[in-house]
Amino acid sequence: MKQDNEGIQHNTTAPVHTGTVMKRRTWLGGAATAAVVLVQTAFGKRLQAAVTEAEKTLEDTTKRLGTPPGVLGTRSPFETPHKKPSDTSSRTPLQDLYGMITPSDLHFERNHGGVPRIDPQHHELMIHGMVEKPMIFTVAELKRFPSVSRICFVECSGNFRGGSEALTPQEICGLTSQSEWTGVMLSTLFREVGVKPAAAWFLAEGADAAVMTRSVLVSKGWEDAMIVYAQNGEAIRPEQGYPLRLLLPGWEGNTSVKWLRRIELSDQPFMTREETSKYTESIGGGKVRQFSFVMDARSIITFPAYPAHVGKGWIEIRGLAWSGRGKIQAVEVSTDAGKTWAPARLQEPVLDKAHTQFRYIWQWNGEETEIMSRAIDETGYIQPTFRQLSDARGGSKGGYHFNPVTAWRIKRTGEVLLQPEAGRR
Amino acid sequence: MRSLFGLGTVPASLIAGRNRPGTFQAGGLRALYVVVLVFALASCFGNKEDTTGEEAWPATSGLGRVATAAEIARLDIDVRPDGQGLPNGSGTVPKGRRLYQQKCARCHGRTGVEGPYNVLVSIQGDTTRKNKQEKTIGDYWPYASTLYDYIHRAMPYDSSGSLTPGQVYSLTAFLLHANGMIDSTTVLTKQNLPQVVMPAQEMFVPDDRKGGPEVR
Repeated sequence: MKQDNEGIQHNTTAPVHTGTVMKRRTWLGGAATAAVVLVQTAFGKRLQAAVTEAEKTLEDTTKRLGTPPGVLGTRSPFETPHKKPSDTSSRTPLQDLYGMITPSDLHFERNHGGVPRIDPQHHELMIHGMVEKPMIFTVAELKRFPSVSRICFVECSGNFRGGSEALTPQEICGLTSQSEWTGVMLSTLFREVGVKPAAAWFLAEGADAAVMTRSVLVSKGWEDAMIVYAQNGEAIRPEQGYPLRLLLPGWEGNTSVKWLRRIELSDQPFMTREETSKYTESIGGGKVRQFSFVMDARSIITFPAYPAHVGKGWIEIRGLAWSGRGKIQAVEVSTDAGKTWAPARLQEPVLDKAHTQFRYIWQWNGEETEIMSRAIDETGYIQPTFRQLSDARGGSKGGYHFNPVTAWRIKRTGEVLLQPEAGRR
Repeated sequence: MRSLFGLGTVPASLIAGRNRPGTFQAGGLRALYVVVLVFALASCFGNKEDTTGEEAWPATSGLGRVATAAEIARLDIDVRPDGQGLPNGSGTVPKGRRLYQQKCARCHGRTGVEGPYNVLVSIQGDTTRKNKQEKTIGDYWPYASTLYDYIHRAMPYDSSGSLTPGQVYSLTAFLLHANGMIDSTTVLTKQNLPQVVMPAQEMFVPDDRKGGPEVR
């Protein structure tokens, strides 16, 4: 089946591209006709609008000297991806991005007391509690330890929204982003301070106005936790925890405490506000699940997705899949409302606990249908439907760690809308 | 144990066996062979001397300084359910009620149920109103210690860290009383705060997901 898909892609992408190029050339000669032709391709409305603006100026860039080299790169004025902020968070525009890395300035934000302005010269990390030697490290000292880089996602566990047809991927689950993170392994620092065998938990505390705290298992600290100071090749952004953050790959984002200033080893969890009255979820039977750290597997089609319009013909369905439990093993796509599923192509590299791009070539016949994707990770976990998830949690219809299949309804007009009912089958 | 040369995982027993007398018998020969092989491969792919792995780092880096008791005390503000971390001082419900009106009611409502932000107080005996959906202190918070810890570190939202221990004890007392946990005459201290049993505690269970294919 996968080979079939690859075959289909070879046979079909070329004509689509050639067609677009030719039609754009035509358009340079006659804007009105070309605009109509472009609508009939499978590509999104945003692209059309950008090109139209560019063409309006009709500036011949070969006849005018360009901008000289500068001290910082800039985004093209024709590209305007934006985060979508609320009082406490800001969402990544998943539908506007390419590849597996989220540009640092588009990484989602969630904070509990605003973004602090921290001078790294005066910032330190203290590690104390059940250790042989309580210690304090400056930021400069932490950078001198053996460094490690890894690519992984960070996702807020409260990352599900529904209830409307007019929701973009950004609005549904834009609280997930991916970066290459660089820092020192927490295990290196654990050895340095001599963590006592009886220590089972540690408290991570931020230097923000919420003095954010979470209790974390010491085993995660030994396994793959990092103290991170860089993101995508430069110092981490203030919104992501400058100058230091904890990074717990695959775990709910809240535990990767930003603006980290203190780690306290303990024989028990601290039962902070965030791990009791928040970031806990009802699982039915009057029970509430606590310390649910690992993010289950999830995927979403980011194209075509609301608010895109598509035309009949070949469409490359694109999306992201990820799992906090390990690598993505497969992504399956359905173009007939979940009746049949076919494997999508995964873009290499497929990394542990990382956003993985998928693609699926599809010929839309113009009839109304629903398209959806489901992620399968290396533990054999298959991303559930809304109904499966709700049933497993005593009727929950949302909340933390809610990762149902997302379906998009494609209307005959080419309009793409979120199908909130789809998962309830 | 990780291989020094990034060639993947090598069982710890193979490497450790080199230095343990008596383990170089029977299976030891095979282990020796593997070790030799690993070194041979390593010489093909990289330096013989490991300069990349964490293993190359000395037991102590010499970086950082030992934290003094005063440095620890200045930052160590957390309070655990068993009361560890609670400071001296005390608070009362009437004082807390007055403070609440001055510093909290603007966001949480006159009686703690009106909002606009987090609803704090559960309405006793109310079964019809939306209040039962809210994660109030009475209905959802499993530990009283969390109230002290959180108010002290993060409240009021726009002037966090501004309250004295006495003020935090009083606000905690008022909110526990408003939720029916303590009576109006209780003087809250580090001795009796950990004794307050929150009914919501019995709802909480640790993560019951086991990994693998199961959807939970």
